[in-house]
This record gives sequence, C-alpha cells and structure tokens, in this order.
Amino acid sequence: MYSIIVGGGDLGRALAREFLANGHEVLIIEKEAATCEQLKDELGSVSLCSIGSEIAALTRAGIERADIFIAVTPEDDDNLAACEIAKRKFNVNRVISKVNNPRNEHIFAKLGIDCTVNGVGPVLENIKILTGIFPLVHLFNFKEKELELVLVKVPDGPLADTSLKDSVLPVDAMIILLIRQGEKSEIPTPETVLQAGDELVCLIPSGSAKSLQAALAN
Amino acid sequence: MNIIIMGCGRVGAELARLFAAEEHKVTIIDVDANSFDVLLTDFGGTTLLGDATDEEMLEKAGITEADAFIAVTRDDDKNGMAAQIAKQIFNVPKVICRMYDPLQAEFFASLGLEAISPVLLFVQLVKEKIRDN
Repeated sequence: MYSIIVGGGDLGRALAREFLANGHEVLIIEKEAATCEQLKDELGSVSLCSIGSEIAALTRAGIERADIFIAVTPEDDDNLAACEIAKRKFNVNRVISKVNNPRNEHIFAKLGIDCTVNGVGPVLENIKILTGIFPLVHLFNFKEKELELVLVKVPDGPLADTSLKDSVLPVDAMIILLIRQGEKSEIPTPETVLQAGDELVCLIPSGSAKSLQAALAN
Repeated sequence: MNIIIMGCGRVGAELARLFAAEEHKVTIIDVDANSFDVLLTDFGGTTLLGDATDEEMLEKAGITEADAFIAVTRDDDKNGMAAQIAKQIFNVPKVICRMYDPLQAEFFASLGLEAISPVLLFVQLVKEKIRDN
C-alpha cells in the first residue's frame, strides 16, 4: 500500500511511523523545510518539501499510484483543497481528512470529502472518560454504517438490579460488553442483572445517544 | 448589488473602492485589521475583521443576502474554500475566486467554480505582446 500524508506535524509523523511499522510505503508532504529536515532524521527519506494542495507537487509525489491520501495540516482550507484534488482529479481510492474546526465537518461532507476525523471530538470524549463523571461517552463513529459505539454508566436507580431483558434500555441499543469494577468483563446475556456503577459498551444507531441517555436517567 | 469581498490587499481594496463608488453595498473581510488602512477615508462600504472561511463570519457579513462573493486573499486554498462555501452552502449567485496556481485554478474550474489565475492572465498578455512585435 502506498500512502501520501500531507502535513508533517505530530499527527502526520505518528501516522507515518504506523504505516512504516506495518510495512507500507509512505510519503509525507510538508511545506516547512526545517520540519522536513527533522522528518529525514527521524524517519529517513520519506518526505517531500512542498505544498500538498499543489497539483505539480502531488504529481511528483506519485499520487497516480497512491492507495490512500491523508491530509492532517492545521489548516482546514489546505486539507480541503488537497483532498478535493486527490479525490476528484486523481481518483485516489481512500481520501481522509482531519478537520480542525468541528464546525467545518459538514462543509467537507457537502463538498464530497466525507471521510473526516474532527480534531476536537475524539480528544474531548477521551477526557470525558478520564473524568469519570459523564453518564455517556462516544467511543467511535462508524459513519458509513450509521452506527455509534458508546460507553454508558449504570446509575443508582431502577435500572440497577434489573436484568437486561427487563430493563427499559432502547431495543435498538446493542449491549456488547459489560465492564464491572474488580471483575472480568463479559458479554452480557438477557439474564445478566445490572448493578449501579456497571459500564456498558453499546452499539447504537447514529444520533440515538440522547434516547439511550434518557432511558438511563429514568 | 450586495457584494462581499474576502481579502483587503491591493486587488480586494481596489474592487471594494470601485463597487462602493458605483453605489453597491460592499462588505470587505480580512483577518488583518491593518489591511484596511489601504482603503481611503471616503470608502462607503463596511469592513469586517475575521476569517471568511468561517461560516459564522460569512453570515455576519450578510452572505445570505449577497449577490456576489469575491475571494482574493493571497492564499489559493483559503480562496477556494470560502468560494465553495459561498456557492455550495449559501447559494450565492455569482462567486469568483483568485488562484495563483494555474493548475489549481483549472481544476477548480472543472468543478464549476469561477477560479481565475492572475499568473495565467499575465502570461497570456505578455505572450501576445511579444507576438505582436
């Protein structure tokens, strides 16, 4: 697999390292010469000092044979232009963009760049998990399948001491894992009796987190 | 007409002055407050400090009422993004953007954007002048 990464910052570098460790070919396009030097010292000759939204540079990078194209610069306009060119001019199979400002995600989607990761959401959710005070946290969004993976906490109240089949949890929430303090995590059955403080990993339809949260609060 | 211009450099400022003098309602946006210094004191339009690739800033500039949007910052990608937002999200009837890179201008034109490359225009002009000799 040949991947092109635009942006040689912390994220671009970490990605490149992952690709290389898994035996894939990778090229980072980075506009700052000093950063390119660092990349060379760290990862070897895997960078091109140029602008990732410049067609001439992309051609030099061999974009025609790229399988994956990823834009992770701190500028949304640069990421957008680079991805539009990769997808619509060079027909790269997988085009993925980081969207720094979450408000821009729908603009990218509207312009045909629908494979995006927003730079705030995942970090926000991770911090929420660590605080331990949020009843529902988003773990992952399977955008193409319109499903979300969430982690919920069973509160004190009627839901505790109820078996799953008698609980009021929405029927379309698939509970795939139960995590209980001090015990082995298990795949729950309809007979599993919930306890206050249990954590449940649930697969739910996109956008239905609110109704799950409401059912928990009841 | 209601015209929004993004980027108050030489071209943006000149366009703003011209349209305002023709009694059009002009709003010019730039991220640098000092950039507005090039506008003369008798400029009859509105200046707005901010980034026009931000949807909220465009709404503040009155994009929903705009007849034309012109993106002329010195950054091709910013011009492209703002112009596409104006055209695809807000359906502004006339959208024009500048792209120095002729290849990028050609690509975005193929997507239906009115992207003009001043590099290409100048090159053509010089070519014609040399040929005329």
